[in-house]
Amino acid sequence: MRRLLFVLPLLTLALMAGFFAWSLTSGRDPASIGSVAAGRPAPKLDLPALRPGDPPLTDADLRTGKPVIVNFFASWCTPCLAEHPLFTRLGEREGAAIVGIAWKNKRDDALPWLKKLGDPYKLAGLDLDGKTGLDWGLSGVPETYLIDGSGIVRRHFRGPITERDLNETILPFLKGAVK
Amino acid sequence: MIGARLFMFLSPLGERLGEGVRRPLTLPLPLAGERSLRRMLCLLVLLFALPALAVEPAEVLQDRALETRAREIGRSLRCVVCQNQSIDDSSAEVARDMRRAVRERLTAGDSDGDIFAFMVARYGDYVLLKPPFRAGTLVLWLGAPLLLLVAGGALLVAARRSRAQPVAAPKPLDEEERRRLDALLKD
Repeated sequence: MRRLLFVLPLLTLALMAGFFAWSLTSGRDPASIGSVAAGRPAPKLDLPALRPGDPPLTDADLRTGKPVIVNFFASWCTPCLAEHPLFTRLGEREGAAIVGIAWKNKRDDALPWLKKLGDPYKLAGLDLDGKTGLDWGLSGVPETYLIDGSGIVRRHFRGPITERDLNETILPFLKGAVK
Repeated sequence: MIGARLFMFLSPLGERLGEGVRRPLTLPLPLAGERSLRRMLCLLVLLFALPALAVEPAEVLQDRALETRAREIGRSLRCVVCQNQSIDDSSAEVARDMRRAVRERLTAGDSDGDIFAFMVARYGDYVLLKPPFRAGTLVLWLGAPLLLLVAGGALLVAARRSRAQPVAAPKPLDEEERRRLDALLKD
């Protein structure tokens, strides 16, 4: 009993050290708020088109039998600027079907932004009041959803996508390797 | 300029410091008189005013009962981009959208439970400031009381044991010790 009491502080230390080591190495992000979108059917999509003359966006655009990438962005958002070249690459080089949704962004701001940087979106919608964003569980911009051919969300990225996300998740997903 | 007049202080000696001269909280003295005291009270009230809610006037519902419910719901919904603020306390874009959604659902006749379910369906349990009681949150809910029980139990056992073995009475001093004690006491 007495010996156990002596070991107790050491045991506590070992337990804490183990937890800290795991926290540092497992890639766990305590600031992550998680997402409930993955594994569920894509939320409702019913938005006016961003580009004048285009048809409005509907649920059918997400159930084409082919993978779709949905990207919420805004011209006022700096991380969106950072991830933009990756979408250009996905759209132009990989031929991915990307749906862009301008969130809380006026058409007069979003269109010049896309004109300046290049428009990688196959379809583009406008969510001026953020109602669609709320239905999608959006916390801000940029956020990106990978949706499979049957309209099920497979991944939800909060924040800008990175080169690593592109190589390890998005490209395999487009090839049908990620379920 | 009401603001400037409010800051017209009297120093502890009673002389006027003039408009706009700020002193770090001077206490009102009897010399200061009743008018200044009232000013001071006004200032104190301003100093200790509670932080305002982020709910904007344009968002407030006409129906008082519904608005009260909206406030209650808003207080227990977490703003998803501010770690530990309710949506009523946060001025973030998303928080505003969520407040608006709460009011829209209320006006449409949803129950409080429906609205919480609506938010959880979109943002998960994270959106609830009070986490639900289920297998995954068992440690969260029961960890602290359990620890208290264990610690209390250990304390009780320790107390019992020390009572069961009373400290042995000290041996009476022997001849040598008594002589040393006497010598010490004499000094």
